[in-house]
Amino acid sequence: MAQGGSTDSIGGSLRRASRAFDWRQYVIYIGFVIIFVFFAITLSGSGFLTPTNLLNVFRQTAVITVMAVAMTFVIGAAQIDLSVGAVAGLASVTTAMAIHSFGLVPGIAVGLLTGLLVGSINGALVAIVAIPSFLVTLGMLGIARGAAMWITDTAPQPIAEETYNFAFGSGDLGPVPTLAIWAIGAVIIGHIVLRKTRYGRRVLATGGNAVAARFSGVNTRQMTFLVFAVMGVFAALGGMLYAGRLHSGRFQWGDGDELSVIAAVILGGTSLFGGRATVIGTFLGALMIGLINNGLILMGLESSQQMIVRGVVIVAAVALTRRK
Amino acid sequence: MSGPAVLMRGIGKSFDGVRVLDQVDFEVRHGEIHALVGGNGAGKSTLMKILEGVYPLEEGSIEIEGSPVRFRSSHDARLAGIAMIFQEFSLVSTLSVAQNVYLTRESSDRLGLIDDREMERRTRALFETMEVDIDPGRAVDDLPTAERQLTEIAKALSQDARVLIMDEPTSSLGRSETVLLFALMERLKAKGISIVYISHRMEEVFEVADRITVLRDGRNVWTEAIDDVTPKGVINAIVGREDERGFEWRPREGGGGEILLEIRGLSSGPRLRGVDLELRKGEIIGLAGLMGSGRSELARAIFGIDRIDAGEIVLNGRPVTVGSPQDAIDSRIALIPEDRHEQGLVMDHSVRENALLPLLARLSRLGIVNDARGDRVVDAYVDSLAIKTRGTDLPVRLLSGGNQQKVVIAKWLATEPMILIMDEPTAGVDIGTKYEIVERIRDFAAAGNAVIFISSELPELLAVSDRVLVMRDGRVERTIPRLEIGSEEDLHHAVQGVH
Repeated sequence: MAQGGSTDSIGGSLRRASRAFDWRQYVIYIGFVIIFVFFAITLSGSGFLTPTNLLNVFRQTAVITVMAVAMTFVIGAAQIDLSVGAVAGLASVTTAMAIHSFGLVPGIAVGLLTGLLVGSINGALVAIVAIPSFLVTLGMLGIARGAAMWITDTAPQPIAEETYNFAFGSGDLGPVPTLAIWAIGAVIIGHIVLRKTRYGRRVLATGGNAVAARFSGVNTRQMTFLVFAVMGVFAALGGMLYAGRLHSGRFQWGDGDELSVIAAVILGGTSLFGGRATVIGTFLGALMIGLINNGLILMGLESSQQMIVRGVVIVAAVALTRRK
Repeated sequence: MSGPAVLMRGIGKSFDGVRVLDQVDFEVRHGEIHALVGGNGAGKSTLMKILEGVYPLEEGSIEIEGSPVRFRSSHDARLAGIAMIFQEFSLVSTLSVAQNVYLTRESSDRLGLIDDREMERRTRALFETMEVDIDPGRAVDDLPTAERQLTEIAKALSQDARVLIMDEPTSSLGRSETVLLFALMERLKAKGISIVYISHRMEEVFEVADRITVLRDGRNVWTEAIDDVTPKGVINAIVGREDERGFEWRPREGGGGEILLEIRGLSSGPRLRGVDLELRKGEIIGLAGLMGSGRSELARAIFGIDRIDAGEIVLNGRPVTVGSPQDAIDSRIALIPEDRHEQGLVMDHSVRENALLPLLARLSRLGIVNDARGDRVVDAYVDSLAIKTRGTDLPVRLLSGGNQQKVVIAKWLATEPMILIMDEPTAGVDIGTKYEIVERIRDFAAAGNAVIFISSELPELLAVSDRVLVMRDGRVERTIPRLEIGSEEDLHHAVQGVH
């Protein structure tokens, strides 16, 4: 009996192992390694491998990573949020203005609430009014960016609060930049929530087959609302990290980030059709975009050429990860 | 625990003033397999949707185990132990088997996090009691149909379902899978679980059911023990006597022209396995058969939608390759598809745009569409088919079902086909329009063209067909000249394979 049990479990784990070997799931890892090795060899003389440079890559992608973690849930639920960059800009200025007027803690609260408010409006319009998220968040992109310009008169809002700047992106704890702590923290929490909690499972079920999920007792509207509300908060956090790193809030912060964020998520292997998502993949996707940017700059390519190479790599990677 | 598993009494239901269920009594005992049969529109699905809590209970009462219930949602019904095993499966294909079985009821570890290993273990134990072998960790995406169905059953059992409703559960299964399913049903029965088994397949009903209820026109004709009835008796009860609906067959001229289309050994996918067929000028052939017998698949293969694996299509004596719908249109073949919402029309586009869609190439010169010619074509068909619309610029979604179907017919007649394939062209169409459609089909064939007419409604099949081909398991099983079919019952017997 005991013997039979162990053979079973060996058979089971063998089956699991063979099942797991679908190379498409690992394209992001393979691609990451290839690109890293490629730059390490071709740019060995240009300082690509120095700790300073690699830490820089990390710093430059941290904000994208934080936003992309939440975007993984949005896309996993078969939705999209185009307003994240604009919300980041808006939150950076509301935070800066609130710190100036009310102090550190109220400032942080106002920043996060800005994101929660915008995200909740997005979520309510998609989940309750049933407007496609593409349209809702495209509209919100303009509204958030316009609001940020309006309340600041397009002027930068400096932040003199040193504790804030230290914690939100300028400081280092020993050798580790605080930005990296935010990014890694977001990835670890995001990974656990997606893989190991009922919330994560319900989000994926909603994205995978909303009808089946509803018939199984999942409140799919609530799930849809929540992914947007959380996305808003994380987009705001992204804006606050820009503000802390650059000691000011500006409406331009985060401009165009929605594209990098979505690219990181899709590159990581999350299905644009929902239901299949991975936070670790997203993290590597964000780092890969950072590596490509960094490597191309060190190679001396012009920014026009960088854009072309980046576009080709993203499309190629997504084509490889597509299931038949 | 007193009283039967389910007792429905005096159930009634109307949609838009049309009575679909009237004073229906239905009882399911503990540990029985109860077959529910009836023609299309007899009210089987409506009755079951009331039992599952999808439609509210408006007239009559439902008792489960002797206590009255009133379900406000399908979730309520699930909690009361009623579970529907869906025909179109209700699993999230991106999740694993175990994750689906325990969706919203996940096991958790000490930290409150989901414990997938524990769920896989419990799912494996559940499969063991069902005596099936499915890896609980596999993605549902990778499972064959039969195993998805078993996963659904496991999911229902894991929720302590006492009554399983299975709607045509064998329609997508092969024979060996069906045998396994029936064995499982017997085992569940032995555990006191009741099964409502909806099926059109009389053989299978007689193979597994303990009792049988026949619905016709929203009424319960009778409920009997299976040993007390015969397949012929059941078919007579399903058809009824008075139900001719005025579809009369008229002998037609010119059915014996030269051969227009010849199909030899046509195979495509798993559902079409070597079809032979001959179609003459001026002829209408009817395709009869059960769900899943390969009728729609044959239509799709001839029209170039599904890839042809083997066999040949000979048109006017010349072998042709139909690799795409455009090839078919060029060969002057047209298909009026089964589902007009999904396949037949662009619902938000106007009558005009829909009707001209397959004609754009023909109406254009150097890529510019000749609107005036298009208008003339559309107007002519709106006239001749008597399409009731406030104008050809109206979106088709605003038209009634019957008029929408006429737009689909106009769209394909406008391509001037020689061969018209119609797949369930009268589904969801009012009775007046049905007559008009039947009349159009006759006119079309009388002009020297040919028609392949697919329908599950035997009266209309008998009204128009010169010959009826009975399909079964992806082949043409019998070809019967219309004059040799005495009655609807005869054809029913042929379709069911009982003699």
